[in-house]
Amino acid sequence: MISPSDFLTIPFDDVVNSFVRGFLVPNFRPFFRAMQVPVNEVLQALDGFFAWMPMLIITLVFALVAWRVVNRTMAIATIIGFFFIDMIGLWPETMTTLSMIITSVLFCAVIGIPVGILAASSDTAWKIVRPILDIMQTVPSFVYLVPIVMLFGVGMAPGIIATIIFALPPIIRMTNLGIRNVRKDLIEASESFGATYFQILWEVQIPLALRTIMAGLNQTLMLALSMVVIAALIGAGGLGLVVNTGLGRLDVGGATAGGVGIVILAIILDRITQGFAEPSTSNTSLLGFIASIFKGQSATASDKQKA
Amino acid sequence: MTIKMKVRNVSKLFNDESGEGWKRVQQGQSKEQIFRETGVTVGINNVSFDVNEGEIFVIMGLSGSGKSTLVRTLNGLIPSSAGEIWVDDVDVASCSKEELRKVRREKCCMVFQHFALFPHKTVLDNVAFGLKVNGVPKEERYKRALESLDKVGLDAHADSYPGELSGGMQQRVGLARGLANDPEILLMDEPFGALDPLIRREMQDELVVLQRELKKTIIFITHDLNEALLLGDRIAIMKDGAFVQVGTAQDIVSDPADAYVKAFVADIDRSRVYTASDIAEDASRVPLTARVSDAIAAMDRTETEIIHVVKDGVPAGLLTRSDVESAKTSARVMDIMHAHPPTVPQDAYLNEIYSEAQTGMPLAVTDDDGKLVGVVSAENIFEHLASDEEETGPDSITSAAI
Ligand SMILES: Nc1ncnc2c1ncn2[C@@H]1O[C@H](COP(=O)(O)OP(=O)(O)O)[C@@H](O)[C@H]1O
Ligand SMILES: [Mg+2]
Repeated sequence: MISPSDFLTIPFDDVVNSFVRGFLVPNFRPFFRAMQVPVNEVLQALDGFFAWMPMLIITLVFALVAWRVVNRTMAIATIIGFFFIDMIGLWPETMTTLSMIITSVLFCAVIGIPVGILAASSDTAWKIVRPILDIMQTVPSFVYLVPIVMLFGVGMAPGIIATIIFALPPIIRMTNLGIRNVRKDLIEASESFGATYFQILWEVQIPLALRTIMAGLNQTLMLALSMVVIAALIGAGGLGLVVNTGLGRLDVGGATAGGVGIVILAIILDRITQGFAEPSTSNTSLLGFIASIFKGQSATASDKQKA
Repeated sequence: MTIKMKVRNVSKLFNDESGEGWKRVQQGQSKEQIFRETGVTVGINNVSFDVNEGEIFVIMGLSGSGKSTLVRTLNGLIPSSAGEIWVDDVDVASCSKEELRKVRREKCCMVFQHFALFPHKTVLDNVAFGLKVNGVPKEERYKRALESLDKVGLDAHADSYPGELSGGMQQRVGLARGLANDPEILLMDEPFGALDPLIRREMQDELVVLQRELKKTIIFITHDLNEALLLGDRIAIMKDGAFVQVGTAQDIVSDPADAYVKAFVADIDRSRVYTASDIAEDASRVPLTARVSDAIAAMDRTETEIIHVVKDGVPAGLLTRSDVESAKTSARVMDIMHAHPPTVPQDAYLNEIYSEAQTGMPLAVTDDDGKLVGVVSAENIFEHLASDEEETGPDSITSAAI
């Protein structure tokens, strides 16, 4: 049989190689290096904080938040889960992973929410953003790693950057969706009172889209967690490293322990952020939201009755 | 009378990128034909009108006639395709965004059919919204919002959320929000259309009372002619994006411009259109000091069966033909008259004077100073309500239009 390659072969790999090595790396290396700086700063601050804070206090805070936004069962489960992690000797690694996750999600929010808002306020912007998101979500996560290593090198920050790229799409999509779904008559009413674009955004659209944005943040968080092991391949530490080392040494026990740690962390973070995204109170302002965490249980209950 | 808003030749075409629709409108093609052949919707077709300061100008028409589109062009929510809209000395149709925002913040607020209250804000914050976007400091804005809420009787619900209130209460919040900025003009797009009939009546009456005190310039949209007649100082009837007739309630009921208006008018409640002075007849009268003989002479002269006794022009008593015939001609009218004759103010609507008329006694119609200006009998009223019933258009028009 004849095939097209008998007549023409395209050296695709060479083309990519020369593009990345010959063009991107020599010309933009300093730029990519500079991009790591803010990531590193945030990561180190968080990592330092979690290392300094006693384990019991961290557990207590998480349990309290779980109690307020989910329920008492979840609070107890949080305590048991964290105690278990500590007892299998993985507390420091878990905290490193937690810092990585929080850093990734933070950057996803900082990048994703404005992009989502932009995409929601202009159909042209959405037409540009949407195919990019589609590609980001279809490219397998392993494929990210090669160019990232080429451009950023190996280590914690490159691992987190890979995680950010992988986890970014849902928060952009959900922000866009949430803002577009705000009732048109409310936008019209705001305009009729002379509100500016930013006033409408801040007073009406963002508060009303907050639940959807939170749901997006939850999905982003889960994607970030799923990258923990993969990011460890390019030098990120934490529980992912435990799993990888375990696999490399055929140490089933060690790998499983790391895996269990990830699962426990995932469940706790998932439930808590889902709690934020559920319409449990009629007050959807961000401050009220945070305040409700610290309010008494009775207040939350009466809010529920109202809603 | 100052003119608050001047609208000149305003048109709005939807989906007319090519300008083909505009050409056809100029040629006088019908809305339906233009839509069928080009897909362009004629929202408003060359509408002009003035709104006087302090009046309620009602725009009424069937669903789809372009009322919402028109009222939204007035504050620029929908940009008009052509024409001028002058609010004082600003042309909303051509001014900058900045000027438009200023008009919306200071001069022209809106009340919506489906309330459009912000579900995440308290009633107070909803009402204060217009002040907030205008940069009024927190304390003053809450104070003014509370005053506004007080006007509609909802100050006790300031901390509730809109979702906790009934429809009627929600629209009161909508009204309070529209009033909070103390705008000169209030645009109301079928504000009571989403309420059930009893609440609607209540709200209409409340608006009338409120307007007496506020004296705002109100542009009020409705599809209900009874509502239009009740509220409107002047009424514009709209059809296919154009005005068919503009006039007072009486103008429209007594002299409909065409079959379309006639069909509307056919089943309205006339008792809410005509006032006592519209149907009053000349009253014969004698002063309090007159003798019975004077009364008889006056009655003979005016060929009436009753006569009012007046003191300084104010009705003080009433005499019928049989009263005067059975009395001595030299007696003083003041001794034989029926004191405290029923009186009605001249601007009372007929539906408000039914009950008084039922006693069978003729009603003295008085002006603002209480002076006698005419007389209305029960027969008068019922005759008037039944009159020109046969004149209304054929049934086919009625059913086609409604
Ligand atoms: N955004 C729009 N795009 C296209 N057509 C519209 C739009 N808004 C209104 N229309 C059309 O304009 C006409 C007038 O509508 P509207 O002003 O809502 O009428 P009303 O308020 O009297 O019921 C209708 O035929 C309607 O279909
Ligand atoms: Mg409408």
